[in-house]
Amino acid sequence: MPEITRDEVAHLATLARIDLDDAELDHLAPQLSVILESVASISGVAGDDVPPTSHPVPLTNVFREDVVRPSLTPEQALSGAPASEQQRFAVPRILGDEQ
Amino acid sequence: MSDLTRLTAAQAADALAAGETTSVALTQAALDRIAAVEGAVHAFLHVDAAGALEQAAASDARRAAGEPLHALDGVPIAVKDVLATDGLPTTCGSKILEGWVPPYDATVVAKLKAAGLPILGKTNMDEFAMGSSTEHSAYGPTYNPWDLTRIPGGSGGGSAAAVAAFEAPLALGTDTGGSIRQPGAVTGTVGVKPTYGGVSRYGLVAMANSLDQVGPVTRTVLDAALLHDLIGGHDPLDSTSIDQPLPDLVAAAREGAAGDLSGLKVGVITELSGDGYQAGVLARFQESVDLLVKAGAEVVEVSCPNFVHALATYYLIMPCEASSNLAKFDAMRYGLRVLPEGIDNPSAEDVMRASRDAGFGDEVKRRIILGTYALSSGYYDAYYGTAQKVRTLITRDFDAAFEQVDVLVSPTAPTTAFELGEKLDDPIAMYLNDLATIPANLAGVPGISLPSGLADEDGLPAGFQILAPALADDRLYRVGAALEAALEAQWGAPLLDKAPSLDGDSA
Repeated sequence: MPEITRDEVAHLATLARIDLDDAELDHLAPQLSVILESVASISGVAGDDVPPTSHPVPLTNVFREDVVRPSLTPEQALSGAPASEQQRFAVPRILGDEQ
Repeated sequence: MSDLTRLTAAQAADALAAGETTSVALTQAALDRIAAVEGAVHAFLHVDAAGALEQAAASDARRAAGEPLHALDGVPIAVKDVLATDGLPTTCGSKILEGWVPPYDATVVAKLKAAGLPILGKTNMDEFAMGSSTEHSAYGPTYNPWDLTRIPGGSGGGSAAAVAAFEAPLALGTDTGGSIRQPGAVTGTVGVKPTYGGVSRYGLVAMANSLDQVGPVTRTVLDAALLHDLIGGHDPLDSTSIDQPLPDLVAAAREGAAGDLSGLKVGVITELSGDGYQAGVLARFQESVDLLVKAGAEVVEVSCPNFVHALATYYLIMPCEASSNLAKFDAMRYGLRVLPEGIDNPSAEDVMRASRDAGFGDEVKRRIILGTYALSSGYYDAYYGTAQKVRTLITRDFDAAFEQVDVLVSPTAPTTAFELGEKLDDPIAMYLNDLATIPANLAGVPGISLPSGLADEDGLPAGFQILAPALADDRLYRVGAALEAALEAQWGAPLLDKAPSLDGDSA
């Protein structure tokens, strides 16, 4: 399994939407390599015929009755919002200048 | 009654039922103890003295009217800060949720309220339950009541320390890879991870949803059974909740305390012993195994060969799920919003990136990046896909083992409590603490940790872990209560009586 480079960590941080500064990248990249090295031991342990387990209890399609039930009021739903306007979450612009 | 904080929850419930004390007296005693020792222990992130006393007064009024809601009505409790509490801050030990007050209760919290247990406050934890020492809390660590220079375990170090320091008779914890059981082991307390799906996860802020489970943190096995019985059972708000009644956990604990384990087959797990385990932990473990034999159990050694891969499997599956779960902290609907420096008119994405950098701590960032990597195209099969297959093999090891024996046993954690700071920046050393507890989470089976005594090297508590097949949580209580009774008969008193009093003459 491949080592994880500083550039890769920077790219992953972008994918994960976290601004990491240079010091954090210098610190994290070698630690992640060590972790990956230690988890690499499981490669080849399970044969192709072993099914994956995503969940300890095999349940599928758990539905509830399609009936109205009590839910949060708009005030409750917005109570933790950093900003809100007209019963809506107020967010920074989502499009760039070129869009 | 001289010191109400020393009562177990069962004793407090009996005293309330007999009219010998009141919920207000119990709750005030807990709050006084918190005021006396919190400066040293720091088990709580938020204490709700006024709310707890108000709930206690209401409980006393119900009892006076002959209408208690539950046997534990009026017995105060602490709640790990990863569980949503309507009207009380819920931070998950993270700056990104500083000051957040949920508009709803987790189902387990709603059950506590419906049964009348006053909620003392919210307990400290590693940020988003990521850690084994509570040092990854953004609000500072919790200190082990046995030795204030040492860690109380994690992620639920706050709940375990609160109970060990007699700040609360009961607490709720959550266990994703050992976060209830490992703190129990290093603080000399009892902790149970129920069968996956046996207790609702609704309102539990998820780290890894296929592994997380809420459970009791207490000083005795019977108290854990009482609390587990209260919080467990089917919840339509959790789609992974098992729609079956719980076994009679309290009856199992009472039966076990009588001390007869004849007919029981116990398997000692070969792979969870030996190298990496502290000598004193192994010595206390062997003594406990001998006591089980003395109580009539048949003990055999059982090999679970794939358990050696459990840690690596866990450290792939958990970060994958965590990185997905924590994507919801986007600075838009709740939580911290930070504007990036030096950018005019920043976009939502700029704000998201700056907020997540400012709001998340080191360990959370490590796991998010790791999970993002393991889930990215090209690596998915090699990491996440492989880990899911090995998870199947670990579950099969449990299945095969439980065809031979009724319960499996091991030390809970390989060592006693280590020094604060010792492993903080060495992720692999930190992860090794969960070696023995992780297999149960991967397979969804229930486990308990109870104190096995003090290690000779350092005089600190060691833990004994019992694992049972899924849905057979009652076996944990039967065997746990039997062992607890045998150990206390040897010691002459509960282990926590040997812990330092923390507040000098006033104890």
